[in-house]
Amino acid sequence: MLVEIGHFALVLALLVAAVQGTVPLIGAAASNRALMDVARSAARLQLSLVAFAYAIFVHAHIVSDFSLLNVFENSSLSKPMLYKVTGAWGSHEGSMLLWVFMLALFGGLVAFFGRGLPASLRARTLAIQGLLGFGTLLFIIVTSNPFARLSPVPADGRDLNPLLQDPGLAFHPPFLYFGYVGFSITYSFAIAALIEGRVDAFWARWVRPWALTAGCGLTIGVAMGSWWAYYVLGWGGWWAWDPVENASFMPWLLGTALLHSAAVVEKRETMQRWTLLLAIMTFGMSLIGTFLVRSGVLTSVHSFAVDPTRGVFILLLIGIVIGGGLILYARRIPDLSSGNPFAPVSREGALVINNLLLAVGMATVFLGTFYPLFAEVWSGVKLSVGPQYFDATFVPIVVPGLIAMTIGPVLAWRRGNIRAALLRLMPALIGAILAPLIVSYFNRRVSLAALCGVGLAVWATLGVLADLADRAGAAKLPPATVLRRLRHLPRGTCGHAIAHFGVGVLIAGITVSTAWRSERIETVHAGESLQIAGRILHFVGVTERVVENYQVRRAEITVDRPGNAPFTVYPERRWYPIAGSWTSNTSITTNGFGDLYLALGEGDGKGGWVLRAYYNPLVPWVWFGAVLAALGGMVSLSNRRSRVRAPTANAMPGIVRRRADPG
Amino acid sequence: MRRFIFLLPVALFAALLVALAMGLNHDPSLLPSALIDRPAPDFNLAGLIDPARGLARKDVGGGVTLVNFFASWCAPCREEQPGLMVLARQPGITLDGIAYKDKPADSRHFLDNFGNPYRRIGIDQLGTAAIDFGVYGVPETYIVDGSGHIRYRHVGPLGERDVNRKILPLIAKIADAGKQRGADE
Repeated sequence: MLVEIGHFALVLALLVAAVQGTVPLIGAAASNRALMDVARSAARLQLSLVAFAYAIFVHAHIVSDFSLLNVFENSSLSKPMLYKVTGAWGSHEGSMLLWVFMLALFGGLVAFFGRGLPASLRARTLAIQGLLGFGTLLFIIVTSNPFARLSPVPADGRDLNPLLQDPGLAFHPPFLYFGYVGFSITYSFAIAALIEGRVDAFWARWVRPWALTAGCGLTIGVAMGSWWAYYVLGWGGWWAWDPVENASFMPWLLGTALLHSAAVVEKRETMQRWTLLLAIMTFGMSLIGTFLVRSGVLTSVHSFAVDPTRGVFILLLIGIVIGGGLILYARRIPDLSSGNPFAPVSREGALVINNLLLAVGMATVFLGTFYPLFAEVWSGVKLSVGPQYFDATFVPIVVPGLIAMTIGPVLAWRRGNIRAALLRLMPALIGAILAPLIVSYFNRRVSLAALCGVGLAVWATLGVLADLADRAGAAKLPPATVLRRLRHLPRGTCGHAIAHFGVGVLIAGITVSTAWRSERIETVHAGESLQIAGRILHFVGVTERVVENYQVRRAEITVDRPGNAPFTVYPERRWYPIAGSWTSNTSITTNGFGDLYLALGEGDGKGGWVLRAYYNPLVPWVWFGAVLAALGGMVSLSNRRSRVRAPTANAMPGIVRRRADPG
Repeated sequence: MRRFIFLLPVALFAALLVALAMGLNHDPSLLPSALIDRPAPDFNLAGLIDPARGLARKDVGGGVTLVNFFASWCAPCREEQPGLMVLARQPGITLDGIAYKDKPADSRHFLDNFGNPYRRIGIDQLGTAAIDFGVYGVPETYIVDGSGHIRYRHVGPLGERDVNRKILPLIAKIADAGKQRGADE
C-alpha cells in the first residue's frame, strides 16, 4: 500500500513538473506576476513529492519488502542496516530516483532562497528546471520504475553487489549526484538568460554561487569515488581513466571553468558567451555521463545494468536538452554584446587561458573515452584506449593551466603587469626551480615528468602563500598589522587561496605517489617475510570465519620498521555466497605522508597466498588536496555577497537587452 | 559568417548524437574473430580419453562441427557443461572438445564430474592450437562448416539463449546452404 502511494507521488511530481515547466514561461512572456509565481510553489511541491517518494522507497529497503522488485534484486535479509539504507541508491532505479531528487532539490533551493531574484529570471529558471524534472521523471516512470512489484513475493533477496557493501557507498553517490545534477540549475539559469536576452553581472552573481555549490559537491564526490576505488579494488591505484570515472571528471572540468568564468562576468561584465556555453555544456556532460553508464554503449568496471531502451530515452533527453540549448545559444548569442574589453595579459586573460585549457582538457578526455565507440561505428574496428593516452595528452594540457592558476590572482583586472606579478611571486618562482633541482640531486633516475610535477606543486602552493603575504603587506608592515590584515581578508580571497593551495597539494600527491611508488607482489606461506620500502612484513597466517552475509579469509601480517614499534594488520578476502563473488578488503596504514597498502589475493590451496604490497608516498595528499579545494569553495560561498538581494538603484546597468523587460 | 560559427557546437553535438545512437546497437563486449569465413587452422591433438582418438583439422570438416575449448580450472565451463550435454544430443549436432592448458588427468576428472558431450576430445596442454584459433580465454566455442571454414565464435559459456538465438539458427542456415550447393552441383 505504502509503495503504491510512493509510486503515485512520483506520478504527481511528474504532473507538477509539467505545470512548473510551462505556466511560468507563459507568465514571464506575458509579464503576468501571478503565473510567474506558480514557479516557486510548483518547485517546492515537486521537491516535497519526490522526497516523499524517495523516503517510501528507502523504507521498503529498510523493512526488506521483497514484493518490490528493486529490493529483491539488490538486498537480502542478512544485509547490514547501513547498506539497506544506502543500498537504496546502489541500483539503476534507485540512483535515478536520487538523480531526480537532486534535480528537484536544486529547484526547491532556488525557490526558497530566490527571493532576491528578478521575478522573470526566477520564473524562467524554475520553469526550465521543471522541464528537466519532467523529462527525468518520465524516464523513470516509463523505463526504470523503482516501485515495480514482484509476485509471488520471494522469501529473500539477491543481495547487493559485495563491492558496494562498503561505507563508501554511503557517501560517494550523494555528493557526486549533488554536484553532477546540481549543474542542472546553472543550465536552467543560462537558458533563462538566453530567453530573456540579458546576461549581466546580476545574472552572474546568481549563477556563480550555484556553480560553486555544485562544484564543491562534485569535487568531493569524485575524490571520494577515487578513494573508495583505491581501498576496495586492491590494486593500489586510484584513477584508471575508466569511462565511468571520466564521465564524472568531464563535468568537473567544465564546471570549474564555469565558476571561474562566471566570476569574470560578475566582476567585469565580460566573457558572457563563454559562460553561457559552459553552463549548457557542463550539464550536457552530466547527461552524457548518465547515458554512458546506463546504456551499455561502453564497457566499464562500474556500469549499471545495461538496457538499450533506456539508452534511447536518455539519448532523446540529451538531444532535446542540449541540442535545444545549443540552438537557442546560436540564435541569441550574436545579439548579446561581447562585453568589456581587456588586454591579453590581465586577470581576464589568465581566466580565458584557464577556460581554454580546461575545455581542451575535457575534449581530450572525451575523445579518449568515446574513441572506441567512434572507431567501431565508423569502421567496425574494435579497440580500446588505455591510461597511457590520457596521461600523454591530459597532463601536458594541465601544466600551463597550473602556471596560469598561480599568476592569475596576482594580475590586475583589465590590464596586468606581468613583471610586477612575477616579482610578487618571486619566492614561488625560486622554490619551483630549486625544488626539482634538489630532488634530482638526491635521486638521479627520477623522470622529467616527476620533476615538473614537483616544480608545479611548489609553484602553486608557495604562489598562494606569496600572494597572501603580499596582500597582507608582509614585507613592508609590522607583524601585528600583517596578522590583522590577514584575518580581515575577504572570504572570496581566502576561498580561492585555500582552493588553489589544495590543487597544489593534489599535484604534489599525484606526482610523488606515481613517481616514487614501491610495489611487491609475491606468493607467501605462513612464517615467511617480505620487504618493502624499508619495512619487513612477516606473514603470520590466514584464518577463516563467517560474518553476517559473507565468509572471511583474514591474513595476519606484522609490520616491522626499524626505529618504530611493530604493529599488526589484517587484510581480508571476503566471499559473498548469495551474490557469488569475492571482494578484497585491503589494509591501509597511513601517517598522512604515505600509505602502506596490503591486499590479500587468492590462495593456491596449499598454504601459499598471493600478497600485494604497495608503498604509496604522499598519496593521502591527493584526497586531502581535493578536500581543501572543496573547502576553499565553501569558504567562498560563505561570503555575504553570495546571498544576493534585488538589484539596487546604483547598480551596474545590464548590457544589450533583446526587448524591454520590467523584470 | 559570425552567426555560423555559433552553430558549430550544435553541428558537433548532432554528430555526437548520431554516433551514440549507432553505438546503442553495438555490443562493446562482442569480439569478432579474425578468422570468420576463413579456413580453420591446422592442428593435430592427441586424444584425452583414448590417445589414438584425438582431434585434428581433418576431423572438423564434412559437416557442421562445434569446437568447444574447455578446462577443469574454468568455473564458467562447469556452468556450460549441462547445456552442452543437451545440445550434443540434438540431431545434426557434432560437438568436439579441446582441453585447454590443463593436465589430462584433471580434464578427465572434470568430464567425469560434469559430463562428456564430446564426440572427440583433443589435449592442448601448451595452448598452441588455441593460439591459432585466436582463443584468449575459456570457454569459447567455434562453429566450423562442412568445408572447414570458421563461421562463428562464441566467447564465454553457451547459455540457453545463445544456443537458441544464435547457434541453432546459424547451423540450420549453413546446413541449408550446404544442401542448396549440393542441389546446384
